[in-house]
Order: sequence, then C-alpha cells, then structure tokens
Amino acid sequence: MKQILKISTGFLMIALAFTSCNNGESKSNSALSSSAAEKVYVAPGEHDEFYAFISGGFSGQLSVYGLPSGRLFKVIPVFSQDAEKAWGYNEETKPMLNTSHGFIPWDDAHHPDISQTAGEIDGRYVYINANNTPRIAKIDLTTFETTEIIEIPNSAGNHSSSFVTENTEYVVAGTRFSVPIPQRDMSIKDYKGNFKGSLSFLKVNPDNGEMTIKFQLLMPGFNYDLSHPGRGKSHGWFFFTTYNTEEANSLLEVNASQNDKDFIAAINWKKIEEYVNNGGGTKMPTKYAHNIYSDETHTATSTMINEVLTVNPLEVPGAVYLLPTPKSPHGCDVDPSGEYIVGNGKLSANLTVHSFTKMVDAIENKKFDGEAYGIPILKFEDVLAGSVEQPGLGPLHTEFDGKGNAYTTFFISSEVVKWKLGTWEVLDRKPTYYSVGHLMIPGGNSAKPFGKYVVAMNKITKDRYLPTGPEVTQSAQLYDISGDKMELLLDFPTIGEPHYAAGCPASLIEANSKKLYKLEDNKHPYAAKSDADTKVVRKGNEVHVQMTMIRSHFSPDNIEGIKVGDKVYFHITNLEQDYDVPHGVAMIGANTSELLIMPGQTETFVWEPKQVGVWPFYCTDFCSALHQEMQGYVRVSPSASNIELSWSLGEVF
Amino acid sequence: MKKSNIIMLLAAIFPLALFVFPLWNITLEAPQYPIPLGMNIYINDFADANPYDIKNINLMNHYVGMKYIPDAIPEFKIFPIGIIITSIIGLIFAFKGNYKWFLAWFILMMVLSATGLYDFYLWEHDYGHNLDPKAIMKFTNPDGSVMGFQPPLFGTRHILNFTAHSYPRLGAYFLGLGITMALIAYLTGKKTS
Repeated sequence: MKQILKISTGFLMIALAFTSCNNGESKSNSALSSSAAEKVYVAPGEHDEFYAFISGGFSGQLSVYGLPSGRLFKVIPVFSQDAEKAWGYNEETKPMLNTSHGFIPWDDAHHPDISQTAGEIDGRYVYINANNTPRIAKIDLTTFETTEIIEIPNSAGNHSSSFVTENTEYVVAGTRFSVPIPQRDMSIKDYKGNFKGSLSFLKVNPDNGEMTIKFQLLMPGFNYDLSHPGRGKSHGWFFFTTYNTEEANSLLEVNASQNDKDFIAAINWKKIEEYVNNGGGTKMPTKYAHNIYSDETHTATSTMINEVLTVNPLEVPGAVYLLPTPKSPHGCDVDPSGEYIVGNGKLSANLTVHSFTKMVDAIENKKFDGEAYGIPILKFEDVLAGSVEQPGLGPLHTEFDGKGNAYTTFFISSEVVKWKLGTWEVLDRKPTYYSVGHLMIPGGNSAKPFGKYVVAMNKITKDRYLPTGPEVTQSAQLYDISGDKMELLLDFPTIGEPHYAAGCPASLIEANSKKLYKLEDNKHPYAAKSDADTKVVRKGNEVHVQMTMIRSHFSPDNIEGIKVGDKVYFHITNLEQDYDVPHGVAMIGANTSELLIMPGQTETFVWEPKQVGVWPFYCTDFCSALHQEMQGYVRVSPSASNIELSWSLGEVF
Repeated sequence: MKKSNIIMLLAAIFPLALFVFPLWNITLEAPQYPIPLGMNIYINDFADANPYDIKNINLMNHYVGMKYIPDAIPEFKIFPIGIIITSIIGLIFAFKGNYKWFLAWFILMMVLSATGLYDFYLWEHDYGHNLDPKAIMKFTNPDGSVMGFQPPLFGTRHILNFTAHSYPRLGAYFLGLGITMALIAYLTGKKTS
C-alpha cells in the first residue's frame, strides 16, 4: 500500500511538473503574440504614427496607409481612371490622362518618393512614375490629389524613376528600354549601337512643386533599372543601375544575363546642369503632354510640348562614369551619409557596395578600365567599398535605418536580411511571405530615416489569407526593427501590386491636410456659388446645367426642355463648407461614372439622353438624414419638340 | 484726482473692451462635431468660432424649421452707440462728478445691461420657438406641445443630439468689471466724504 502511495505520488509529481511546464510555455506564447498585437494596435479614434504611401503597381494608383496599424485610408487615383471618384471620367480630370498618344485610362505606378528639404522628408508632395506610357505625377499632400502629370518623351518603361534629390531640385526619370531616339521605323535587329537610353532630369519649382524637363541625357542602349540620388557628400550625383549591357533585343532572360558585370552609371547632374545653363545641349523636336490640375478652377489643363533639350554625355567631360557591378543589378540604393552605393546584383551571390569617396579618388587618378561608347569605366576594385558575402538569393532592394544598418530584400530566398554598413556582416534574417520585392523604412530615401519599422512588399501571397479564387489578395508585411533582431508584427492586404512605398511621420503631413475647398476661392467657369447662380443654358444641342447641391437637395431639381440628341453638361457645385460633407450625383443612363464632389468644389459630367421620358438623378453619397430625398428629375422630349428650357426648385405644382 | 474718481475713470473705460472682445458665446456639441460648432456674439457682429460655423449651424437648424441667424440685427447699431454714450457719461462723471453720480452711473448700467439681456432672451426665444410650419422635422414635448430649440440664456442645455453651452466671454467680463468698479467708486467716495 505504501508502495502504491509512493508510486502514485511520484506520478503526481511528474504530472504536476509537466503541467506546470506546459503552463509556462503557453504563457510565454501568449505574452509574445500579445506584444506583437499591442505594437500594431491603434485604439479606435487614435491616429497612426506614420503615413505610408504604397503604390498600387499595375492598379496605377497610390494608396495611403497608416503604420503600424496597416489600415487603408485612401486610394489616390493617379494614372488609372477611378469611377468611385470620377477621376478620368469627369470633364475636369479627363485632361490629366492625356498623352501624346491620346487619352490613356491606365498605367503601372511604381516608385513613390516624398519631396525633401536639406536631405530630409518635408511632406509636401509625393512624386510617382508611370512605367508603361512614361509619365511622372505629383500628388499634393494638402489635398491628397494628383495635381500634375508630365509625360516623358524618348523613354519606354519609365522604371528608374521617380526619385528626388535632397532639396527636391530634380525629380529623375530613367528609361528601362532603350529605343530609337527620335523614334523611327527601323529593324529591331539593328538595336545594338543604335538605340539609346534616356535619363530625364525634371526641374522642380520650389514654390509649387511643378515639374519641367530640364534636360535628357542620351546614354548607351542599356536598360536603366533603378536609381537614387547622392546625398550629403555625394549630393550633385545620381546613380543608375543598368542591365542588358549586352544590348540584346530578344530573349533577354538569357541574352541579357551573360556579362559578368553590368554597370552603375554615376551622373554628375550638377555639372550637366551647369553645361545646360551655359547654353549646352541640343533641342530635339518631340511631343509630350504636361497636365496640371488647379485647386482653384478644380479643372485640369493639358498642354502639348513640342521640344526637349537633349545632352550627349560625351560633350560634358567628367559628368558620367560607369561603375562595374556584378550581374544585372536591380536596386541602386544610397545610404543616409551618401558614402555607400549599394548595387543589388539580382543574379549575384554577393551584394556589392561601392564607395563614393573611392569613386571620386578613382576619377581624379583616372583609374579607368576601358570605356563604353566613350564613357569611362572605373576599375571595379578601385570603387568597391565591400561586399556582403552570400547574404541570400536574388537581392533586389536595400533601405537603411539611420543607425548604421542596412536591410536588403531577397526575392528568391524570400527574406529580409539585416547587415552592417562598413563591416558587411549579416546581423539577422527574417522570412517574408512570399518573394519580397521592395521594402520601405519611413524616410528611406533621405539623410534621416526613421528606423522603427520596415514594410516588406511581397509579390506572392498564396495561403496567407482566406482564399478568393485564383486571384488572391496582394500583401505587405510590417517588421519592428527597433531592436537587434527584426520582429514580424503584421500582414496586411494592399491594393494592386504593392510595388514600392514612401513613408514619413504623420506629424509632417497631418496638420497641413485641407478640410474643404473654400467656396469663395472657387474659380470654376461653370461654378454656381449660390442658388441665385443656378441656370440652364442651351447652345445649339449643347445644354449647360449649372446646379448646386447642399443638404439635402439639388438646385434646380426639376428640369424640362431637354431633347433627345442633346449633350447635357451637368456642372455641379457642392455648397457645403463643413468638414467631410461630400455629395455624389448619378444620372440614369449616363455613360460615365458618378461624381463625388467635395465641399466647395465644382465637377461636371456629360449625359447624352437617348430616350424620351422623365429621368431621375440622385445623391450617391449618404450625406444626411434626408439623403434619400436628395434627388431630381429631367424631362427629355423628342428631338423635334419645342418645349422651352425651364428649371425649378421647391415649386409646388 | 481723488481715488474714487480714478476708480470711476477705469469703470468708464473698461466697457470699451466690448469693441475688441466678444460679449457672449454659444457652442453646440454633437458626436458628429468633434470640433464643436460655435458662435461668438460681439456688440456689433455674429462671428464664427471656427470658419463657417454659423453657416453650418443654419444648415443644422433648417431641419427643425429655425430661421437663419441674421447677418445683422438692429442691436448691432444700438449697442455700440449705447456703450460709447455711457462710457462718455462715465468719463464726464469721473472728471467732474462726485460719488453720488457714480451710483447713478452704476444704476444706469445695471438697467441697460438687464435690458440687453432681456432683449437677448427675447431674440433667443423667438429663434428657438418661431419655427417654420413646413419644418422637415417636428418634435413635441411629452405634454404634446411643440418642442422649442431655444439655447439657454446662461448655462448648458441638451437639445436633441446637441449640447448647447451659452456663456459670457471676455467682453462681458470687462463690462461687469466696469459696472462693479462704479459701485466701488461710489462706496470709496462715500467713505472718504
């Protein structure tokens, strides 16, 4: 009996030991997960610490997220039509999507970059590139609207764009494809030696952020993949990665991967600027659109420009050098001090880092290793700062935390790797889910990164979320990088392909965000600023309705005298002057989108009635307790009828 | 100059602050207005506490049939003249008069202020009760009578989804201070005589 007691006591002890051990484990698990949850939790009504502007890739738009919560606030339409906001559908914004090829309703938006002053993010504008039909857009961060789009001539696959210099002197746009410049009918096989790659420097007006093409540098016919400006000591230089230095025109996956080293092109833009300011360069006939949206007229204008200034690099000695960089480098990233230029050789086993100081020294001592089309090539060993040995597979992009560390994405091995600048040792690695492309640290492309978080933008999501058929959500991931080791905090879905992002502390932007447009400042030619201004005017078969909207009615809301075959322009002004009181409007049978009109704004849609009848329109944005009453009718008579135009509000018949 | 006359001098000057600072303020709070709507009442103007507040108060109030807050009311002409005249009288008393006149000025100002407040009450009552018969929304009190929306003359009151606060502002405090000082001038003068 004693024996049994002893044995059972023993079992009990063991059982207790296991239980307590289990308890301990589950406790530590929950403590860990709750800390990650707490780090991304932003309580209801509270604001995020950072803004993140994440491009939508092939969606053509720019999304605005909060970090660390990963909450989506707005999708800013940029290069693609957006029926929700009438972008590219209403008469006011259609000119924004005009190009030398005519109206283009879509593009591929890649690299947002926030304007800078003295090397630091200033939170005024975001610039972003369209890849397909080369364009650069400016988004105003007081309205979070696209206010300018400029087309880039002589460019194709506008990919090494749209990065700003440290005082936003320039926004730079490099071509991916080399093409005949000027475009002409020639055999594709004659590419080698005949095609050119253009690197465009867009001067920025410091007062309003507006861009003009200052000059285009016509480089050898390589592919120009990515770029970044020098900063600090290397301010005045711009660096571009190249691939296909083989100048292949077919089966590039093989034929453009043969050279052991491609180049990083180092461009001394200050030197070229001086050359151009002294009358240098060649004016070339071309055609490109420059579209500007005014917050005063609430209307865009598109201007076609017929000339661009081109610069032959050989005519500006000492302005362009080539830095050999292994294996088709993709990302071209400059550290916050401006000393290190990272060439992310996507087919290379090692990560190559060049030294700006050594580059300048090599140039001064003419340590050249031949030339390419007359452009001096520097010796690899003379410009190399160091290599990160075997850090992972398929390096794409590097960002910096401002504390001496760099973070590089590896597409093939699907991870973010943290390494140390100067010692080149790998400090940490964390998997991504899956196949990460760009990564973003707020303030990344500046002298002052805010190294608290890194966002990894993935190309593949597969099983990470509830499935939605063959097409699953796109996704980004947030890591805490404030400690020695990175910690994955959050997965969050994104719009389109989250190609690249720019971020900064919310405090730089939040206070400048406009609440409404002042009605007294509205200079739209068809604005009706009060009910007294409303009218309906016929000009042949064109009818212009100047209408107002305010809680909870349109004025006028009954219109007669419209005829089949008329082209009716509804110019509608939102008379509200209160924060967050937009109104919408939609007309049955109109071959366009709704309008979503902000307080104080005027927008226009066109309706071409094809059928006789009495046709209703209504407010589409739930605006007030009487939103369902916010509606009206238009009477459409046969084209031969002679019913006079009449309009009214509130008349009881 | 006698001490009481100096005090009377200040008493006569203080109400002039009404030309700089608002007399009264009405603030309306509601869940949808994290920044409340507010109106500052000057002796010659209704002013937005924040841009467009009065326009938005009007927009809210039209649902229950309240009239728009007018751009101008006759009081905006009468009040400034009244303040200037009484201040001039006060100044004359301060330089020429004795303490008995100070008491007279004190009583005059009390009567005028009370009249002003009563006038304000009448306007508020009309504003809150004289409703458009075609109002979008009509509310009744538990006893069946038509609900009014009169903001309080002084204090805080809940009106439907709004909490209305009505309190004097700096201008009114200067006026009150001026009136009180006239009384002090009277008492000081009386003691020394």
